[in-house]
Amino acid sequence: MSVAEAPSADASGRGSAFSGAAGGAELTVVEPLIFERSRAERRGVRFPRASDVARQAAVGQPELPASVLRAHAPRLPEVSELEMLRHFNRLAHLNQAIDLNFYPLGSCTMKYNPKVNEWAARLPGLADSHPLDPEELSQGSLELMWLLAELLKDVSGFTAISLQPAAGAHGELTGMLMTRAYHRANGEAEQRTKVLVPDSSHGTNPATATMVGYQTVTIRSNQRGGIDLEALRAALGPDVAALMITNPSTLGIFEDQIDQVIGAVKEAGAIAYMDGANLNAILGRFRPGEVGFDIMHFNLHKTFSTPHGGGGPGAGPIGVSPRLEPFLPRPMPVLVVGDPDEVRANAWAGRSTPGVRFALDDDRPQSIGKVRSLYGNFGMFVRAYTYIRSNGDAGLRTISEDAVLAANYLRVKLNDVYDLPYDRISKHEVVFSGRRQKREHGVTTLDIAKAILDHGIHPPTIYFPLIVEEALMVEPTETESLETLDHFIGVMREIAEQAATDPDAIKRAPSTTPVGRLDEAAAARRPDLRHVFPDETAPPSAPPAAPTPDAPTT
Amino acid sequence: MTYSPHTEADRARMLEAVGVASIEDLFADIPVAVRAGSWGVPPPLAEQEVRAELARLAGRNRIPDVTFLGAGVYRHLIPAVVGEVIGRSEFATAYTPYQPEVSQGTLQSIYEFQSLICELTGMEVATASHYDGATATAEAALMACRLTRRSRVAVSAGVNPDYRRVLQTYCSGPGIEVDTIPVDLADGGDGTTDPAAIERVGEVACVIAAQPNFYGQLEPMQSLADAAHAAGAQFVAVVEPTSLALLEAPGEYGADIVASEGQPLGIPVNFGGPFVGLMAARMASVRQMPGRLVGATRDVQGRKGYVLTLQAREQHIRREKAASNICTNQALMALAATAYLTAVGPAGLREVAELSMTQARHLTAALESAGLAKRRFGGTYLNEVALRVPNAASRHAALAERGIVAGHLLERDQPELRDTLLLVATELTTDDDIERLVSALDETR
Repeated sequence: MSVAEAPSADASGRGSAFSGAAGGAELTVVEPLIFERSRAERRGVRFPRASDVARQAAVGQPELPASVLRAHAPRLPEVSELEMLRHFNRLAHLNQAIDLNFYPLGSCTMKYNPKVNEWAARLPGLADSHPLDPEELSQGSLELMWLLAELLKDVSGFTAISLQPAAGAHGELTGMLMTRAYHRANGEAEQRTKVLVPDSSHGTNPATATMVGYQTVTIRSNQRGGIDLEALRAALGPDVAALMITNPSTLGIFEDQIDQVIGAVKEAGAIAYMDGANLNAILGRFRPGEVGFDIMHFNLHKTFSTPHGGGGPGAGPIGVSPRLEPFLPRPMPVLVVGDPDEVRANAWAGRSTPGVRFALDDDRPQSIGKVRSLYGNFGMFVRAYTYIRSNGDAGLRTISEDAVLAANYLRVKLNDVYDLPYDRISKHEVVFSGRRQKREHGVTTLDIAKAILDHGIHPPTIYFPLIVEEALMVEPTETESLETLDHFIGVMREIAEQAATDPDAIKRAPSTTPVGRLDEAAAARRPDLRHVFPDETAPPSAPPAAPTPDAPTT
Repeated sequence: MTYSPHTEADRARMLEAVGVASIEDLFADIPVAVRAGSWGVPPPLAEQEVRAELARLAGRNRIPDVTFLGAGVYRHLIPAVVGEVIGRSEFATAYTPYQPEVSQGTLQSIYEFQSLICELTGMEVATASHYDGATATAEAALMACRLTRRSRVAVSAGVNPDYRRVLQTYCSGPGIEVDTIPVDLADGGDGTTDPAAIERVGEVACVIAAQPNFYGQLEPMQSLADAAHAAGAQFVAVVEPTSLALLEAPGEYGADIVASEGQPLGIPVNFGGPFVGLMAARMASVRQMPGRLVGATRDVQGRKGYVLTLQAREQHIRREKAASNICTNQALMALAATAYLTAVGPAGLREVAELSMTQARHLTAALESAGLAKRRFGGTYLNEVALRVPNAASRHAALAERGIVAGHLLERDQPELRDTLLLVATELTTDDDIERLVSALDETR
């Protein structure tokens, strides 16, 4: 197979990258690695030279000893600015994205990311604000963080918020560390060694519990897709530290016995943790802090529309009940001069409060400490604040109503052609099963996902949650028009029909994407994780896969 | 303002299809006893109103006219073309590349990122990135514990205090003990980590040291690595990426794991985030690395392509047995670093490092010759320097009022470092900035 020197993309970009591959006549690399475009001494961005004054002044200051200097310059690409830009623009053309087409990836809430949020995050007064500047210079950043925390309290019903965690899983880690700190303060840390998770939970939940040294116990779901109350009660006891539960669940179902679940957990002296990944379905309808949950993480990149960025940055603030508040990470932005109600009222009216002063409170003796440097992903706070203020009370409620309506619409329009293991009212998403297609026609859910790609749509999440065979987890979100939903329904019905009439065609999909199905097994068997320069000898290889030793525990 | 596309007619059609009379019926599964009470979320704002509100908050910050503040977060030139790249919707509004056929842009850019980080650090494998330098450092320590099956780690006091706090928190989870290796912080001391002290810490999974260290001092990394290895420990190097244009690559002095804050590579200071954590290691350790990895492979027709790989380490496959709970990386920030390193190239990065170093020496010499400050430590520094300044706290505050930030007041966190300012120069530091600092400090004498 030959690797073409020239890229197949042209000035029009996207079309050529896709159709060039679809033609299939000539096997090419769609875009070479940037290293392959490098030419010695070609320059991109240049920097000024030090002035004579500077150089003269520097004489007499310590020079770098030869022992600390590197022998060879790093082989970074040497390209012009235009070549660099074209390279990344061509790569951009190879991506599917919300801004191009429907992206109903379940559990990820791929909604429209409003552009005014980006405008706000790039305001020099915010983006150029240094986190260690004296507090007098950072009052705007601190006020924004304080106001966002106030809004998150309103949304969740919790009494205190930490914005510090950088992602949902990071929020979970923070919550579990706080759980331990809480039990330790009560003298029960030694006895409470288990964390309960439903079998429908995100993989991050058990992985997080392990990172904190807890043993995970899986609780089965009942036939209706909710947590099995009897199994939960049987597992609860003086050795349980917490229950981590996602609500609405990964099946897109609201736990309709949630009050009994919380009651049982509380009675056992454990912490009730809610994974807030699916908050988009319940804004203004259910506030976990109000009904007894102790901790919840938000995903600002889901519910509050900060861009997913190809996999981050996200932000995973947590809300907690009063009994957990002393253990929150430090520091916390606090209002030190001013009446909170007045400051809020003024901000809601677009006014600054005269004489108001914010600070970072680091004097929190029971705090678990810091989970991230500085204060968290501030740029995401700016976007989420902008988004919440834009939508306001009515808008937030509309978000959940429309998200739920769209999921239910897909449910009723597709449940005759795809199996629906849990046929109940959907919240933010609906989980179908491709088991019928697999059994009757040998077409797997993976095949269906690949066939969806040929329609320019990003497939739903597949094979998750684990308790649904051949799962197809569809989260349409509130920002997709009826025409888009109907188009998707048409595509899904067409694929279901084709699974019966021409299953081989589906197994060959995709055929219109820049590359076809990729050999993931080979990638894992012989890991090729970086560019090898032509003059380099063969890079060291990974050792063979061995059973993973567990992390050390106390 | 709402981003809903639906008209009332659309909603009516959908409700009818679903077979319910009103939207309330779709929330009937929420038990009455737990339904939400009222909240205090204010009314919606139109775009011009929300812009005014954000402009108000931005205006309440004061961006200094002149600043020498770094302490782990650095202002560098961000080439306009870098902003152009990461602003593209196709990168910004995609998600984790679970479907590689339509995610080659993200995947290839991460593969290039991994390659660039390996090349900068002299290591064999780099992850797709972490939340920030502090969490990358903490994850490196946990990784070393898995590799050595030991449950104590040692960290130099020269590592950024914020990183050490995060390390402490992460280690408290699985009950890993953290020992601190002292740095000679006395006035006139050498401000570096003593390799001999490593012998005294006993059986640890790793020794963590920073180059340059938090105080700007250059550490004897080779000796520290050798001492760590003699103790059977992994050596974790915490490095500043632009410095690697000049300084020996950690792979050369025997680092086993490298952790770093990638913010200086094209990412704004952003009041502390989002940043990007870098992590690199030896191939022999790859299966114990936390976080995402992208690898090259072939498609069904033999074309080269990229996929997420070695996922058997990760939470979505292994759940409670995963190497870490990490679900995402900081892909867009990793793209910024990739675009930055590509835009400046080896010559540009060297210019940045050299100019920063020269201006730091210019700054130090100017303050010293005016009799305003003197270096707190001996030894060599790179582009950040700890200076003794009498009455530092009050003068730092007085200058801030005039829009000049005279670096980081170390006594804010470390009382033993009274009257010491940590000042940084970068390529953005002008001769005029230095003159203004000198005269402003002089006026507060």
